[in-house]
Amino acid sequence: MTSLIRTGLPAYVMVAGLAFLALLPLLAEWVDNIFLIDLFMRLMILSIAAVGLNLILGYGGMVSFGHAAYLVIGAYAVGIPAYYDIYDGFLQFAIAIFASAAVALVTGAIALRTKGVYFIMITMAFAQMVYFTFVSIEEYGADDGLTINMRSEFAGLLDIEDNFTLYYFVLVSLIAVLGLVYRIVHSRFGMVISGAKGNERRMQAVGFPTYRYRLVCYVISGAICGYAGALLGNFTNFITPEMGDWVHSGELIFMVVLGGAGSLFGPVLGTAVFILLEEYLSRLTQYWHFPFGAMLILVVIFTRGGINGMFRWLGMKSGIGGRS
Amino acid sequence: MDWGLFTIQMLNGVQLGVLLFLLAAGLTLVFGIMDFVNLAHGSLYMMGAYFCATLVQLTDSFVLGVILALPLTALLGWLVELIVVRALYTHDHLDHVLATFGLILCFDTAVDFIWGPTGMAIPLPEILDSHIDLMGGHTFPVFRILIICTGLAVAGFLYVMVAHTRIGMLIRAGASNRTMVMALGVDIGKLFALVFAVGAALAGLAGMLIAPITEASIGMGNEIIIVAFVVIIIGGIGSIKGAFVAAMLVGLIDTMGRSFLDQLLKIFMSSESAETSAPALSAMAIYILMAMVLAFRPQGLFPPKVR
Amino acid sequence: MSGAFLEVRNLYKSYGGIAATDHVDLDVRQSELHAIIGPNGAGKTTLISQLSGEIDPDGGTIRFDGRDMTRTPAYKRSLLGLARSFQITSLMLDMTVLENVALAVQAHAGHSFRFWRAARKDPALTEPAMAALAAVGLQDRANDVAQAMSHGEHRQLEIAMALATKPVLLLLDEPMAGMGVEESKRMVEILRSLKGEKTMLLIEHDMDAVFALADRISVLVYGRVIATGTPEEIRGDEAVRRAYLGDEVA
Repeated sequence: MTSLIRTGLPAYVMVAGLAFLALLPLLAEWVDNIFLIDLFMRLMILSIAAVGLNLILGYGGMVSFGHAAYLVIGAYAVGIPAYYDIYDGFLQFAIAIFASAAVALVTGAIALRTKGVYFIMITMAFAQMVYFTFVSIEEYGADDGLTINMRSEFAGLLDIEDNFTLYYFVLVSLIAVLGLVYRIVHSRFGMVISGAKGNERRMQAVGFPTYRYRLVCYVISGAICGYAGALLGNFTNFITPEMGDWVHSGELIFMVVLGGAGSLFGPVLGTAVFILLEEYLSRLTQYWHFPFGAMLILVVIFTRGGINGMFRWLGMKSGIGGRS
Repeated sequence: MDWGLFTIQMLNGVQLGVLLFLLAAGLTLVFGIMDFVNLAHGSLYMMGAYFCATLVQLTDSFVLGVILALPLTALLGWLVELIVVRALYTHDHLDHVLATFGLILCFDTAVDFIWGPTGMAIPLPEILDSHIDLMGGHTFPVFRILIICTGLAVAGFLYVMVAHTRIGMLIRAGASNRTMVMALGVDIGKLFALVFAVGAALAGLAGMLIAPITEASIGMGNEIIIVAFVVIIIGGIGSIKGAFVAAMLVGLIDTMGRSFLDQLLKIFMSSESAETSAPALSAMAIYILMAMVLAFRPQGLFPPKVR
Repeated sequence: MSGAFLEVRNLYKSYGGIAATDHVDLDVRQSELHAIIGPNGAGKTTLISQLSGEIDPDGGTIRFDGRDMTRTPAYKRSLLGLARSFQITSLMLDMTVLENVALAVQAHAGHSFRFWRAARKDPALTEPAMAALAAVGLQDRANDVAQAMSHGEHRQLEIAMALATKPVLLLLDEPMAGMGVEESKRMVEILRSLKGEKTMLLIEHDMDAVFALADRISVLVYGRVIATGTPEEIRGDEAVRRAYLGDEVA
């Protein structure tokens, strides 16, 4: 079980968390608060995006400041066909994945020539390009966005027009993406990615063309976010280019770091804290961004490695344990 | 081609360029010397505009408002450095990005709380609120000329300061080799605080100059800060000269692209497709420029000499 | 053509007008241990970095086993059988010792676009990695995180990673740098055990080690090779004495 310990939190917490997510719709009905389903659906969709980002950010050490762009691409991959009355979900999701992967391939090929801050900035610049592209297409609503009249259809196999069904579709997607990322990071490919994060020069010296591996990793990460975008489009029924604004890319990074970059469940945890805190604070005061921002600053200054890191830090202080 | 319109758009491009330079100058120094990525630089731009708007209301004078708001913004920058930024120098860039992202949220909310959600206009005195005649019956606002002159004056002042004073020497040395400055026995903490405060004042000045045209509004810095980052990366991080050249380049390309790209494209393609692709392309032009610079000259156009 | 295993001709590299590698000719024969000595700043690491492909030379050629690889990227040289260890320890510090070496094995076990099967327990990787660790005496530390090891052990791990790539030529950049007497002795033993089996190019400051191990020695001063020969010849060379060894060995 060493691999699960590496994911940050004990396995039973994760299992309990997933069980909670699985039972939530029943709970929501029981307390007669359908809004909860929407809240957790959004949480899970953004979790998928965060898990995708974590693949390059946490495991690969590549800080992409433009991953919200893939959410937008995925969302429009549902929205644009729907605009032409094409609701075939298989087609829409395939477009979402392949279009995101294609954009990631082209932009990643250029961005990965740079390092550090330059990488952060160039990924952001590419995301801005995507954003402005959708802003300038009048046909698809430009700034005002696009309404999706009907959710994706899966040849009668699945009716996600029903919120319950969509909820479980998203949950299964989340579990599948987590499983996929788990396999990837423990595979030979994943070892190369973490090795290149630790010491790229050394990896080249022992014989790895690291650039190619990083690029493929970047493409996979973009495709996962594109998939999340397609879910998001279905969920909201209304999409705007604003979803790809750099601020949202920043939020995605924060979700990953908050939960602990480079751990499997960390991004899910981070997203949950982010979304629930946002929800809670925004009910307390309309000025909730202030405590939220302040908390962000404090987390960054006083902990390294997000909530997991904070637990570890507290644990070490009281001498309970933690890794030496 | 309408040359009057062309001249106007050139001037507008230069005006955007000097505003970007005011923002980028502080950003590039803070980045170059302290290796600190400050996303919240745009918030200081916004705060400058709000300080100025309030002071203009109180004093009934635009000039007085600006003069009073400048030290106020510098003070705010100094406080930000002292309270938040200083604790982050030893962290990595990702932490800088996240923490200053948090600062943006705080500033935007604070403005909402203090000044309310609607923007604040800054009235101009009559002399500044007029137009001068250009050729072909076109006119150009006096205030925009003032912006251009102010920006160029600041650029000249910064150039002299960085090139010919002791502080400037330290700043140049710091941008290329930080350990050397520390080895010289300079109180690096003070130098950092000073640079940060001056950078804040410059950003604030940019906000004060744009606000009479666009109003001071929440989040006004969040889009332009990204463009300012594009500028310093094209120019070479830590280089004032690079920031100036890149700011002008970006200002002109952006403005001219938006006004004339459709006409340019019509030479190559049908007017219909030119009209649909021109807005997207012109909005992307500066990002394409940056991507090209990074791909072929990763250190920017004017990297500080030794790093 | 001298038919040497590694043949360097007229290699040139300058930084800001100062030649770090000044028209260097160097021949390393098959199976020999060839040492390069020289005072600090002689350009030894710059030379080795050009041989391993991390730095592009400004001019000259590098031929290895008969083929020109002056412009071959670093990873390809490794795949061709050329391995280097670093002067400043260069490891994946957050990984375990075994993982570090297993990665070196993996690099030479076909492509790594394998996304599904777990790599950490793959015997095709771990077994050769353990063998390489055993060769340097680190087999008991296999599951420790690299960060937690001593400097001397880091140096040994460097060698193990180089060995794990099954190289025919080892480029060793000061493997004994910063080591204590005992650790140095150990390293000398490790290198001695590899002699004859691998061709080695050794950069080292520890003269006792160099003269004990080397078949031939080249002396590098200010980027130039001023002498090449057997240890005896180098000991007796007037130019070398004057330029470098002087008071140290004479």
